[in-house]
Amino acid sequence: MKTNLKYRKVAAIGAGMTQFRRRVLDTPQEMAWEASRKALDEAGLELKDIDCVVIGSAPDAFDGVHMKGEYLAHGAGGIGKPVSRVYVGGATGVMTAISGWYHVASGMCKKVLAVAEEKMSPGRPHPQAVFRYIWDPITEKPLNPNLIWIFAMEMHRYMFVNKVSKEEIALVSVKNKRNASNNPYAQLGGEITVDDVLRSEVLVWPVQLLDVSPVSDGAAAMVFVDGDIARRYTDIPIWVEGVGWTLDNTSWPGRELAYPRYLENAARMAYTIAGIERPQKEIDVVEPYDPFDYKELHHLEGLLLARKGEAPLLLKEGYFDRDGEIPSSPSGGLLGVGNPIAAAGLMKVISIYWQLKGTAGKMQVKKPVHTGVAQAWGDLMQASTVIVMRN
Amino acid sequence: MVHPLKEEEMKEHETVSHKPEAKYSYTAGQALSAFLLGLKQGKIIGRKCPKCGRVYVPPRMYCEDCFYPTSQWIEVQDEGIVMTAVASFISWTRDRLEEPEIVGTIRLFPSSARDYVYPGLFHRICCSFDDVKTMRILGKMVKAKWRPQEKRVGSVDDIECFEVI
Ligand SMILES: [Zn+2]
Repeated sequence: MKTNLKYRKVAAIGAGMTQFRRRVLDTPQEMAWEASRKALDEAGLELKDIDCVVIGSAPDAFDGVHMKGEYLAHGAGGIGKPVSRVYVGGATGVMTAISGWYHVASGMCKKVLAVAEEKMSPGRPHPQAVFRYIWDPITEKPLNPNLIWIFAMEMHRYMFVNKVSKEEIALVSVKNKRNASNNPYAQLGGEITVDDVLRSEVLVWPVQLLDVSPVSDGAAAMVFVDGDIARRYTDIPIWVEGVGWTLDNTSWPGRELAYPRYLENAARMAYTIAGIERPQKEIDVVEPYDPFDYKELHHLEGLLLARKGEAPLLLKEGYFDRDGEIPSSPSGGLLGVGNPIAAAGLMKVISIYWQLKGTAGKMQVKKPVHTGVAQAWGDLMQASTVIVMRN
Repeated sequence: MVHPLKEEEMKEHETVSHKPEAKYSYTAGQALSAFLLGLKQGKIIGRKCPKCGRVYVPPRMYCEDCFYPTSQWIEVQDEGIVMTAVASFISWTRDRLEEPEIVGTIRLFPSSARDYVYPGLFHRICCSFDDVKTMRILGKMVKAKWRPQEKRVGSVDDIECFEVI
Protein backbone atom coordinates (compact mmCIF):
# COMPACT_ATOMS: atom_id res chain seq x y z
CA MET A 1 0.00 0.00 0.00
CA LYS A 2 1.31 3.44 -0.91
CA THR A 3 1.57 6.13 1.74
CA ASN A 4 1.86 9.01 -0.70
CA LEU A 5 -1.75 8.73 -1.83
CA LYS A 6 -3.04 11.90 -3.39
CA TYR A 7 -6.43 12.83 -2.07
CA ARG A 8 -8.14 15.79 -0.43
CA LYS A 9 -8.16 16.02 3.34
CA VAL A 10 -11.51 15.12 4.87
CA ALA A 11 -13.01 16.23 8.18
CA ALA A 12 -16.04 15.08 10.13
CA ILE A 13 -17.93 18.11 11.44
CA GLY A 14 -21.28 16.75 12.61
CA ALA A 15 -23.01 13.60 13.83
CA GLY A 16 -26.44 12.53 15.03
CA MET A 17 -28.19 9.42 16.23
CA THR A 18 -31.58 8.17 17.26
CA GLN A 19 -31.89 6.26 20.49
CA PHE A 20 -31.34 2.56 19.86
CA ARG A 21 -34.46 0.72 20.95
CA ARG A 22 -36.45 -2.41 20.19
CA ARG A 23 -39.77 -1.98 18.36
CA VAL A 24 -39.38 1.71 17.70
CA LEU A 25 -42.70 3.19 16.56
CA ASP A 26 -41.06 5.42 13.90
CA THR A 27 -40.59 4.20 10.35
CA PRO A 28 -37.07 3.60 8.98
CA GLN A 29 -37.46 6.83 6.98
CA GLU A 30 -38.42 8.81 10.08
CA MET A 31 -35.43 7.41 11.95
CA ALA A 32 -33.08 8.26 9.07
CA TRP A 33 -34.48 11.80 9.04
CA GLU A 34 -34.02 12.26 12.80
CA ALA A 35 -30.37 11.19 12.69
CA SER A 36 -29.68 13.24 9.53
CA ARG A 37 -31.30 16.41 10.93
CA LYS A 38 -29.26 16.11 14.14
CA ALA A 39 -26.02 15.62 12.15
CA LEU A 40 -26.77 18.71 10.02
CA ASP A 41 -27.58 20.72 13.16
CA GLU A 42 -24.31 19.74 14.83
CA ALA A 43 -22.44 20.67 11.62
CA GLY A 44 -24.33 23.96 11.30
CA LEU A 45 -25.42 23.08 7.77
CA GLU A 46 -28.71 22.93 5.91
CA LEU A 47 -29.65 20.25 3.42
CA LYS A 48 -29.10 22.65 0.51
CA ASP A 49 -25.40 22.78 1.51
CA ILE A 50 -24.99 19.02 1.01
CA ASP A 51 -23.58 17.87 -2.36
CA CYS A 52 -23.83 14.08 -2.09
CA VAL A 53 -25.54 11.53 0.12
CA VAL A 54 -24.32 8.07 1.11
CA ILE A 55 -26.73 5.56 2.61
CA GLY A 56 -25.70 2.40 4.43
CA SER A 57 -28.09 -0.40 5.24
CA ALA A 58 -27.74 -4.17 5.68
CA PRO A 59 -30.11 -6.78 4.17
CA ASP A 60 -33.42 -5.32 2.97
CA ALA A 61 -35.15 -8.27 4.58
CA PHE A 62 -34.73 -6.85 8.10
CA ASP A 63 -36.85 -3.76 7.56
CA GLY A 64 -39.00 -5.81 5.20
CA VAL A 65 -38.68 -3.27 2.40
CA HIS A 66 -36.77 -3.90 -0.81
CA MET A 67 -34.52 -1.25 -2.38
CA LYS A 68 -33.79 0.25 0.99
CA GLY A 69 -31.36 2.81 -0.38
CA GLU A 70 -34.10 4.27 -2.57
CA TYR A 71 -36.68 3.84 0.19
CA LEU A 72 -34.55 5.76 2.71
CA ALA A 73 -33.46 8.46 0.26
CA HIS A 74 -35.89 11.22 1.25
CA GLY A 75 -35.36 10.65 4.98
CA ALA A 76 -31.62 10.77 4.34
CA GLY A 77 -31.75 14.06 2.42
CA GLY A 78 -30.93 12.48 -0.92
CA ILE A 79 -33.63 13.87 -3.21
CA GLY A 80 -32.15 15.53 -6.31
CA LYS A 81 -28.60 14.64 -5.26
CA PRO A 82 -26.12 11.91 -6.19
CA VAL A 83 -27.02 9.08 -3.77
CA SER A 84 -25.29 5.76 -3.39
CA ARG A 85 -25.97 2.91 -1.02
CA VAL A 86 -23.20 0.77 0.38
CA TYR A 87 -23.64 -2.72 1.76
CA VAL A 88 -20.93 -5.03 3.08
CA GLY A 89 -22.96 -7.04 5.60
CA GLY A 90 -22.28 -6.20 9.24
CA ALA A 91 -19.33 -4.09 8.13
CA THR A 92 -21.71 -1.64 6.41
CA GLY A 93 -21.81 1.03 9.13
CA VAL A 94 -18.10 1.86 9.02
CA MET A 95 -18.18 1.44 5.22
CA THR A 96 -20.81 4.20 5.15
CA ALA A 97 -18.28 6.55 6.76
CA ILE A 98 -15.50 5.29 4.47
CA SER A 99 -17.70 5.88 1.44
CA GLY A 100 -18.52 9.37 2.74
CA TRP A 101 -14.78 9.90 3.04
CA TYR A 102 -13.95 8.93 -0.55
CA HIS A 103 -16.75 11.01 -2.00
CA VAL A 104 -14.94 14.02 -0.49
CA ALA A 105 -11.35 12.73 -0.74
CA SER A 106 -11.75 12.19 -4.48
CA GLY A 107 -12.64 15.85 -4.91
CA MET A 108 -16.07 14.99 -6.30
CA CYS A 109 -18.10 16.45 -3.41
CA LYS A 110 -17.33 19.14 -0.85
CA LYS A 111 -19.95 18.16 1.71
CA VAL A 112 -21.41 14.72 2.20
CA LEU A 113 -24.15 13.41 4.44
CA ALA A 114 -23.58 9.74 5.37
CA VAL A 115 -26.61 7.98 6.85
CA ALA A 116 -27.00 4.44 8.21
CA GLU A 117 -30.27 2.86 9.29
CA GLU A 118 -31.56 -0.54 10.36
CA LYS A 119 -34.80 -1.74 11.80
CA MET A 120 -34.33 -5.23 13.15
CA SER A 121 -37.63 -5.74 14.95
CA PRO A 122 -40.28 -6.01 12.17
CA GLY A 123 -39.26 -9.53 11.02
CA ARG A 124 -41.47 -12.40 12.15
CA PRO A 125 -41.13 -14.78 13.88
CA HIS A 126 -37.61 -13.51 14.60
CA PRO A 127 -34.93 -11.62 12.65
CA GLN A 128 -32.83 -14.83 12.82
CA ALA A 129 -35.04 -16.31 10.08
CA VAL A 130 -33.89 -13.57 7.69
CA PHE A 131 -30.40 -15.04 7.73
CA ARG A 132 -31.60 -18.23 6.02
CA TYR A 133 -30.47 -16.95 2.64
CA ILE A 134 -26.88 -16.12 3.48
CA TRP A 135 -25.74 -19.73 3.37
CA ASP A 136 -24.41 -21.69 0.44
CA PRO A 137 -27.57 -23.27 -0.95
CA ILE A 138 -25.85 -26.54 -1.94
CA THR A 139 -23.30 -27.28 0.75
CA GLU A 140 -24.65 -25.52 3.85
CA LYS A 141 -28.38 -24.84 3.72
CA PRO A 142 -29.39 -28.54 3.79
CA LEU A 143 -28.07 -28.62 7.38
CA ASN A 144 -30.58 -25.91 8.44
CA PRO A 145 -28.04 -23.56 9.99
CA ASN A 146 -28.91 -20.46 11.98
CA LEU A 147 -26.66 -17.47 12.15
CA ILE A 148 -25.54 -17.92 15.74
CA TRP A 149 -24.04 -21.28 14.77
CA ILE A 150 -21.12 -19.83 12.87
CA PHE A 151 -20.33 -17.26 15.51
CA ALA A 152 -20.48 -19.94 18.18
CA MET A 153 -18.11 -21.98 16.00
CA GLU A 154 -15.72 -19.07 15.68
CA MET A 155 -15.93 -18.30 19.41
CA HIS A 156 -15.24 -21.92 20.36
CA ARG A 157 -12.30 -22.12 17.99
CA TYR A 158 -10.90 -18.87 19.44
CA MET A 159 -11.33 -20.26 22.97
CA PHE A 160 -9.74 -23.60 22.04
CA VAL A 161 -6.69 -22.24 20.25
CA ASN A 162 -5.95 -19.49 22.78
CA LYS A 163 -7.10 -21.35 25.92
CA VAL A 164 -9.61 -18.67 26.81
CA SER A 165 -12.45 -19.32 29.27
CA LYS A 166 -16.08 -18.22 29.06
CA GLU A 167 -15.54 -16.18 32.24
CA GLU A 168 -12.79 -14.17 30.55
CA ILE A 169 -14.99 -13.51 27.54
CA ALA A 170 -18.01 -12.54 29.67
CA LEU A 171 -15.95 -9.64 31.04
CA VAL A 172 -16.47 -7.90 27.69
CA SER A 173 -20.25 -7.97 28.19
CA VAL A 174 -19.85 -6.67 31.75
CA LYS A 175 -17.56 -3.82 30.62
CA ASN A 176 -19.64 -2.77 27.63
CA LYS A 177 -23.00 -2.78 29.40
CA ARG A 178 -21.40 -0.72 32.19
CA ASN A 179 -20.00 1.76 29.64
CA ALA A 180 -23.44 1.94 28.00
CA SER A 181 -25.03 3.15 31.21
CA ASN A 182 -23.26 6.47 30.48
CA ASN A 183 -24.65 6.60 26.94
CA PRO A 184 -27.99 8.40 26.52
CA TYR A 185 -28.66 6.52 23.25
CA ALA A 186 -28.18 3.04 24.75
CA GLN A 187 -30.75 0.28 24.97
CA LEU A 188 -29.12 -2.11 27.42
CA GLY A 189 -26.78 -0.24 29.73
CA GLY A 190 -26.38 -1.46 33.28
CA GLU A 191 -24.40 -3.34 35.85
CA ILE A 192 -24.25 -7.06 35.21
CA THR A 193 -21.83 -9.69 36.51
CA VAL A 194 -19.89 -12.49 34.87
CA ASP A 195 -22.27 -14.86 36.68
CA ASP A 196 -25.28 -13.22 35.03
CA VAL A 197 -23.73 -13.94 31.63
CA LEU A 198 -22.88 -17.53 32.54
CA ARG A 199 -26.38 -18.14 33.90
CA SER A 200 -28.23 -16.64 30.92
CA GLU A 201 -30.07 -18.81 28.39
CA VAL A 202 -27.80 -21.09 26.37
CA LEU A 203 -28.46 -20.35 22.69
CA VAL A 204 -25.72 -22.21 20.86
CA TRP A 205 -23.01 -23.38 23.22
CA PRO A 206 -20.68 -21.58 23.93
CA VAL A 207 -22.91 -18.58 23.12
CA GLN A 208 -25.43 -17.55 25.80
CA LEU A 209 -28.00 -14.78 25.72
CA LEU A 210 -25.86 -12.14 27.46
CA ASP A 211 -22.92 -12.90 25.14
CA VAL A 212 -25.01 -11.43 22.30
CA SER A 213 -26.07 -7.86 21.46
CA PRO A 214 -29.81 -7.14 21.49
CA VAL A 215 -32.17 -6.80 18.53
CA SER A 216 -32.57 -3.04 17.94
CA ASP A 217 -33.86 -0.31 15.68
CA GLY A 218 -31.85 2.83 15.06
CA ALA A 219 -30.24 5.31 12.71
CA ALA A 220 -27.02 7.32 12.73
CA ALA A 221 -25.63 10.03 10.44
CA MET A 222 -22.43 12.02 9.94
CA VAL A 223 -21.35 15.01 7.88
CA PHE A 224 -17.96 14.89 6.13
CA VAL A 225 -16.51 17.94 4.41
CA ASP A 226 -13.47 18.97 2.41
CA GLY A 227 -10.57 19.90 4.69
CA ASP A 228 -10.19 23.35 3.09
CA ILE A 229 -13.62 24.47 4.23
CA ALA A 230 -13.94 22.54 7.52
CA ARG A 231 -12.88 25.46 9.73
CA ARG A 232 -15.69 27.61 8.38
CA TYR A 233 -18.07 25.40 10.33
CA THR A 234 -16.16 24.23 13.38
CA ASP A 235 -13.14 24.99 15.53
CA ILE A 236 -12.56 21.30 16.11
CA PRO A 237 -12.65 19.38 12.83
CA ILE A 238 -11.98 15.68 13.34
CA TRP A 239 -9.81 14.38 10.54
CA VAL A 240 -10.32 11.09 8.76
CA GLU A 241 -6.72 9.95 8.41
CA GLY A 242 -6.91 6.34 7.36
CA VAL A 243 -9.42 3.91 5.89
CA GLY A 244 -9.18 0.20 5.12
CA TRP A 245 -11.51 -2.56 4.06
CA THR A 246 -11.01 -6.10 2.82
CA LEU A 247 -13.02 -9.21 2.16
CA ASP A 248 -12.22 -12.89 2.64
CA ASN A 249 -13.91 -15.82 0.87
CA THR A 250 -17.22 -17.44 1.81
CA SER A 251 -15.45 -20.74 2.53
CA TRP A 252 -15.42 -20.32 6.30
CA PRO A 253 -15.44 -24.12 6.93
CA GLY A 254 -12.06 -24.27 5.16
CA ARG A 255 -10.37 -21.43 7.01
CA GLU A 256 -8.71 -20.96 10.42
CA LEU A 257 -11.34 -19.11 12.47
CA ALA A 258 -9.20 -18.35 15.54
CA TYR A 259 -7.72 -15.24 13.94
CA PRO A 260 -9.38 -12.70 11.60
CA ARG A 261 -6.75 -12.19 8.90
CA TYR A 262 -9.29 -10.19 6.86
CA LEU A 263 -9.34 -7.63 9.65
CA GLU A 264 -5.56 -7.50 9.96
CA ASN A 265 -5.39 -6.71 6.24
CA ALA A 266 -7.97 -3.93 6.56
CA ALA A 267 -6.26 -2.53 9.67
CA ARG A 268 -2.83 -2.51 8.02
CA MET A 269 -4.30 -0.65 5.06
CA ALA A 270 -5.85 2.01 7.32
CA TYR A 271 -2.74 2.29 9.52
CA THR A 272 -0.46 2.68 6.50
CA ILE A 273 -2.56 5.54 5.15
CA ALA A 274 -2.64 7.14 8.62
CA GLY A 275 1.09 6.61 9.11
CA ILE A 276 0.60 4.42 12.19
CA GLU A 277 3.56 2.11 12.74
CA ARG A 278 3.00 0.92 16.32
CA PRO A 279 -0.78 0.67 16.78
CA GLN A 280 -0.64 -0.20 20.48
CA LYS A 281 1.44 2.91 21.23
CA GLU A 282 -0.24 5.33 18.87
CA ILE A 283 -3.95 4.55 19.20
CA ASP A 284 -5.65 6.16 22.20
CA VAL A 285 -9.21 4.90 21.99
CA VAL A 286 -10.93 2.18 19.97
CA GLU A 287 -14.42 1.02 19.05
CA PRO A 288 -14.07 -2.57 17.81
CA TYR A 289 -17.22 -4.27 16.51
CA ASP A 290 -18.82 -6.31 19.31
CA PRO A 291 -22.09 -7.98 18.28
CA PHE A 292 -20.81 -10.87 20.44
CA ASP A 293 -18.53 -10.42 23.44
CA TYR A 294 -15.71 -12.67 22.10
CA LYS A 295 -15.76 -10.60 18.90
CA GLU A 296 -14.36 -7.55 20.69
CA LEU A 297 -11.33 -9.60 21.82
CA HIS A 298 -10.97 -11.23 18.40
CA HIS A 299 -11.10 -7.81 16.76
CA LEU A 300 -8.68 -6.13 19.20
CA GLU A 301 -6.17 -8.80 18.11
CA GLY A 302 -6.97 -8.34 14.41
CA LEU A 303 -6.53 -4.56 14.92
CA LEU A 304 -3.05 -5.36 16.27
CA LEU A 305 -3.91 -3.79 19.64
CA ALA A 306 -3.13 -7.08 21.37
CA ARG A 307 -1.05 -10.09 20.38
CA LYS A 308 -2.87 -13.24 19.25
CA GLY A 309 -4.67 -14.69 22.27
CA GLU A 310 -3.52 -11.86 24.53
CA ALA A 311 -6.63 -9.63 24.49
CA PRO A 312 -8.44 -11.51 27.32
CA LEU A 313 -5.45 -11.03 29.63
CA LEU A 314 -5.20 -7.30 28.88
CA LEU A 315 -8.95 -6.96 29.39
CA LYS A 316 -8.70 -8.60 32.80
CA GLU A 317 -5.94 -6.16 33.77
CA GLY A 318 -8.20 -3.21 32.92
CA TYR A 319 -6.18 -2.20 29.85
CA PHE A 320 -9.37 -1.71 27.78
CA ASP A 321 -11.46 -0.07 30.54
CA ARG A 322 -12.72 3.48 30.23
CA ASP A 323 -9.81 4.65 32.39
CA GLY A 324 -7.35 2.11 30.93
CA GLU A 325 -4.47 2.37 28.45
CA ILE A 326 -6.65 1.95 25.36
CA PRO A 327 -10.32 2.37 26.29
CA SER A 328 -12.32 -0.05 24.15
CA SER A 329 -16.01 0.51 23.30
CA PRO A 330 -16.44 3.52 25.61
CA SER A 331 -19.89 3.97 24.02
CA GLY A 332 -20.96 0.60 25.39
CA GLY A 333 -20.67 -1.01 21.98
CA LEU A 334 -23.30 -3.12 20.31
CA LEU A 335 -23.63 -5.20 23.47
CA GLY A 336 -24.75 -2.18 25.45
CA VAL A 337 -26.07 0.35 22.96
CA GLY A 338 -27.82 -2.14 20.65
CA ASN A 339 -27.28 -3.68 17.24
CA PRO A 340 -29.26 -2.10 14.41
CA ILE A 341 -26.58 -3.42 12.06
CA ALA A 342 -25.53 -0.56 9.76
CA ALA A 343 -26.50 2.11 12.30
CA ALA A 344 -24.48 0.29 14.97
CA GLY A 345 -21.35 0.44 12.83
CA LEU A 346 -21.73 4.17 12.17
CA MET A 347 -22.50 4.64 15.88
CA LYS A 348 -18.97 3.30 16.53
CA VAL A 349 -17.47 5.94 14.21
CA ILE A 350 -19.59 8.64 15.90
CA SER A 351 -18.40 7.49 19.32
CA ILE A 352 -14.77 7.98 18.26
CA TYR A 353 -15.66 11.31 16.63
CA TRP A 354 -17.23 12.61 19.87
CA GLN A 355 -14.32 11.25 21.96
CA LEU A 356 -11.79 13.10 19.78
CA LYS A 357 -13.89 16.24 19.83
CA GLY A 358 -14.19 16.04 23.61
CA THR A 359 -17.99 16.13 23.50
CA ALA A 360 -18.69 12.55 24.59
CA GLY A 361 -20.16 13.77 27.89
CA LYS A 362 -20.35 11.06 30.52
CA MET A 363 -18.83 8.63 28.00
CA GLN A 364 -15.64 10.72 27.66
CA VAL A 365 -12.61 8.59 28.48
CA LYS A 366 -10.27 9.69 31.26
CA LYS A 367 -7.05 10.09 29.26
CA PRO A 368 -6.50 12.78 26.62
CA VAL A 369 -7.11 11.29 23.19
CA HIS A 370 -5.56 12.17 19.85
CA THR A 371 -6.00 9.11 17.63
CA GLY A 372 -9.04 6.85 17.53
CA VAL A 373 -10.10 3.80 15.52
CA ALA A 374 -13.53 2.38 14.72
CA GLN A 375 -14.10 -0.99 13.10
CA ALA A 376 -16.96 -3.14 11.84
CA TRP A 377 -17.19 -6.66 10.52
CA GLY A 378 -19.66 -8.79 8.67
CA ASP A 379 -20.77 -11.53 6.30
CA LEU A 380 -19.54 -15.11 6.78
CA MET A 381 -16.55 -14.01 8.89
CA GLN A 382 -15.37 -12.16 5.82
CA ALA A 383 -15.65 -8.41 5.65
CA SER A 384 -13.87 -5.83 7.76
CA THR A 385 -13.88 -2.07 7.64
CA VAL A 386 -11.55 0.22 9.62
CA ILE A 387 -11.37 3.99 9.99
CA VAL A 388 -8.70 6.05 11.76
CA MET A 389 -9.50 9.58 12.93
CA ARG A 390 -7.47 12.29 14.66
CA ASN A 391 -8.21 15.64 16.25
CA MET B 1 -34.70 -1.20 27.54
CA VAL B 2 -37.48 -2.42 25.33
CA HIS B 3 -40.10 -0.25 23.68
CA PRO B 4 -43.46 0.04 25.50
CA LEU B 5 -45.12 -2.21 22.92
CA LYS B 6 -45.56 -5.70 24.33
CA GLU B 7 -45.77 -8.95 22.37
CA GLU B 8 -49.58 -9.15 22.97
CA GLU B 9 -50.08 -5.58 21.76
CA MET B 10 -48.23 -6.43 18.57
CA LYS B 11 -50.96 -9.00 17.85
CA GLU B 12 -53.76 -6.46 18.27
CA HIS B 13 -52.36 -4.43 15.41
CA GLU B 14 -53.06 -4.85 11.76
CA THR B 15 -50.33 -7.07 10.34
CA VAL B 16 -49.77 -7.89 6.70
CA SER B 17 -49.56 -11.65 6.31
CA HIS B 18 -48.27 -12.79 2.99
CA LYS B 19 -46.41 -15.91 2.02
CA PRO B 20 -44.38 -15.04 -1.04
CA GLU B 21 -43.99 -17.92 -3.48
CA ALA B 22 -40.28 -17.24 -3.42
CA LYS B 23 -38.97 -20.68 -4.21
CA TYR B 24 -35.59 -21.08 -5.83
CA SER B 25 -34.14 -23.77 -8.05
CA TYR B 26 -30.47 -23.34 -7.34
CA THR B 27 -27.93 -24.71 -9.74
CA ALA B 28 -25.08 -26.71 -8.26
CA GLY B 29 -22.72 -25.71 -11.05
CA GLN B 30 -19.85 -27.70 -12.51
CA ALA B 31 -17.75 -28.20 -9.41
CA LEU B 32 -20.46 -28.90 -6.87
CA SER B 33 -22.35 -31.23 -9.22
CA ALA B 34 -19.32 -33.50 -9.31
CA PHE B 35 -18.97 -33.11 -5.55
CA LEU B 36 -22.58 -34.20 -4.96
CA LEU B 37 -22.21 -37.19 -7.34
CA GLY B 38 -19.08 -38.12 -5.41
CA LEU B 39 -20.97 -38.05 -2.12
CA LYS B 40 -23.52 -40.44 -3.62
CA GLN B 41 -20.64 -42.85 -4.19
CA GLY B 42 -19.25 -42.32 -0.70
CA LYS B 43 -16.36 -40.12 -1.85
CA ILE B 44 -15.34 -36.58 -0.97
CA ILE B 45 -14.08 -34.89 -4.11
CA GLY B 46 -12.05 -31.71 -4.45
CA ARG B 47 -10.25 -29.72 -7.14
CA LYS B 48 -6.58 -28.90 -7.21
CA CYS B 49 -4.93 -25.76 -8.55
CA PRO B 50 -2.03 -26.63 -10.87
CA LYS B 51 -0.24 -23.38 -10.06
CA CYS B 52 -0.21 -23.21 -6.26
CA GLY B 53 -1.34 -26.73 -5.37
CA ARG B 54 -4.22 -25.60 -3.19
CA VAL B 55 -6.96 -28.22 -2.86
CA TYR B 56 -10.54 -26.94 -2.76
CA VAL B 57 -13.12 -28.97 -0.84
CA PRO B 58 -15.94 -28.33 -1.61
CA PRO B 59 -14.44 -28.10 -5.09
CA ARG B 60 -14.14 -24.96 -7.18
CA MET B 61 -13.44 -24.61 -10.90
CA TYR B 62 -11.03 -21.73 -10.33
CA CYS B 63 -8.34 -20.84 -7.84
CA GLU B 64 -9.25 -17.70 -5.90
CA ASP B 65 -5.57 -16.85 -5.34
CA CYS B 66 -4.07 -17.51 -8.79
CA PHE B 67 -7.31 -16.74 -10.63
CA TYR B 68 -6.66 -19.59 -13.07
CA PRO B 69 -8.74 -22.71 -13.64
CA THR B 70 -8.21 -25.57 -11.23
CA SER B 71 -7.25 -28.58 -13.30
CA GLN B 72 -7.58 -31.83 -11.46
CA TRP B 73 -10.25 -33.76 -9.58
CA ILE B 74 -8.87 -35.17 -6.36
CA GLU B 75 -10.44 -37.50 -3.84
CA VAL B 76 -9.58 -36.46 -0.27
CA GLN B 77 -10.05 -38.66 2.77
CA ASP B 78 -13.37 -38.81 4.58
CA GLU B 79 -11.37 -38.32 7.77
CA GLY B 80 -10.06 -35.20 9.41
CA ILE B 81 -9.72 -33.08 12.52
CA VAL B 82 -12.55 -31.28 14.33
CA MET B 83 -11.59 -27.61 14.18
CA THR B 84 -14.59 -26.37 16.11
CA ALA B 85 -17.91 -27.71 17.39
CA VAL B 86 -21.00 -26.15 18.93
CA ALA B 87 -24.28 -27.36 20.44
CA SER B 88 -27.36 -25.51 19.25
CA PHE B 89 -30.39 -25.26 21.52
CA ILE B 90 -32.30 -23.12 19.02
CA SER B 91 -33.66 -23.83 15.56
CA TRP B 92 -33.10 -21.58 12.55
CA THR B 93 -36.29 -19.70 13.49
CA ARG B 94 -34.97 -19.39 17.07
CA ASP B 95 -37.43 -21.91 18.53
CA ARG B 96 -36.14 -23.81 21.53
CA LEU B 97 -34.76 -27.33 20.86
CA GLU B 98 -35.05 -30.06 23.49
CA GLU B 99 -32.00 -31.95 22.29
CA PRO B 100 -29.11 -29.86 21.07
CA GLU B 101 -27.96 -30.19 17.50
CA ILE B 102 -24.19 -30.53 17.28
CA VAL B 103 -22.32 -29.14 14.31
CA GLY B 104 -18.84 -28.00 13.51
CA THR B 105 -16.12 -27.77 10.90
CA ILE B 106 -13.73 -30.53 9.90
CA ARG B 107 -10.28 -30.08 8.34
CA LEU B 108 -10.04 -33.05 5.99
CA PHE B 109 -6.83 -34.96 5.22
CA PRO B 110 -4.46 -34.49 3.52
CA SER B 111 -3.78 -31.14 5.22
CA SER B 112 -1.61 -29.83 8.00
CA ALA B 113 -2.29 -28.06 11.30
CA ARG B 114 -0.28 -25.10 10.00
CA ASP B 115 -2.62 -24.42 7.06
CA TYR B 116 -4.73 -21.24 7.28
CA VAL B 117 -6.92 -22.57 4.45
CA TYR B 118 -7.56 -26.26 3.91
CA PRO B 119 -10.07 -28.73 2.47
CA GLY B 120 -12.88 -28.28 4.97
CA LEU B 121 -16.50 -29.21 5.56
CA PHE B 122 -19.26 -27.86 7.74
CA HIS B 123 -21.30 -30.76 9.12
CA ARG B 124 -23.01 -32.45 12.03
CA ILE B 125 -20.77 -34.13 14.56
CA CYS B 126 -22.02 -37.23 16.39
CA CYS B 127 -21.01 -36.59 19.99
CA SER B 128 -22.56 -35.49 23.28
CA PHE B 129 -23.17 -31.96 24.56
CA ASP B 130 -20.63 -32.76 27.25
CA ASP B 131 -17.99 -33.50 24.58
CA VAL B 132 -18.62 -30.01 23.22
CA LYS B 133 -18.85 -28.25 26.57
CA THR B 134 -15.57 -29.73 27.82
CA MET B 135 -13.97 -29.07 24.39
CA ARG B 136 -12.96 -32.75 24.32
CA ILE B 137 -14.24 -33.03 20.76
CA LEU B 138 -12.11 -30.16 19.43
CA GLY B 139 -8.91 -31.42 17.86
CA LYS B 140 -10.26 -35.01 17.71
CA MET B 141 -9.87 -37.17 14.63
CA VAL B 142 -13.22 -37.99 13.02
CA LYS B 143 -14.55 -39.95 10.05
CA ALA B 144 -17.65 -39.53 7.94
CA LYS B 145 -20.56 -41.78 8.89
CA TRP B 146 -22.15 -42.42 5.50
CA ARG B 147 -25.80 -43.21 5.02
CA PRO B 148 -26.43 -46.62 3.41
CA GLN B 149 -25.70 -46.46 -0.33
CA GLU B 150 -29.34 -46.98 -1.38
CA LYS B 151 -30.40 -43.99 0.74
CA ARG B 152 -27.86 -41.56 -0.74
CA VAL B 153 -29.28 -38.93 -3.05
CA GLY B 154 -26.31 -36.73 -3.93
CA SER B 155 -26.49 -34.23 -1.08
CA VAL B 156 -24.31 -33.20 1.86
CA ASP B 157 -26.96 -35.04 3.82
CA ASP B 158 -25.57 -38.33 2.42
CA ILE B 159 -23.17 -38.06 5.32
CA GLU B 160 -25.11 -38.54 8.53
CA CYS B 161 -22.39 -36.92 10.60
CA PHE B 162 -18.73 -37.12 11.45
CA GLU B 163 -17.87 -39.37 14.38
CA VAL B 164 -14.76 -39.99 16.44
CA ILE B 165 -12.56 -42.89 15.34
ZN1 LIG C 1 -3.78 -21.42 -7.17
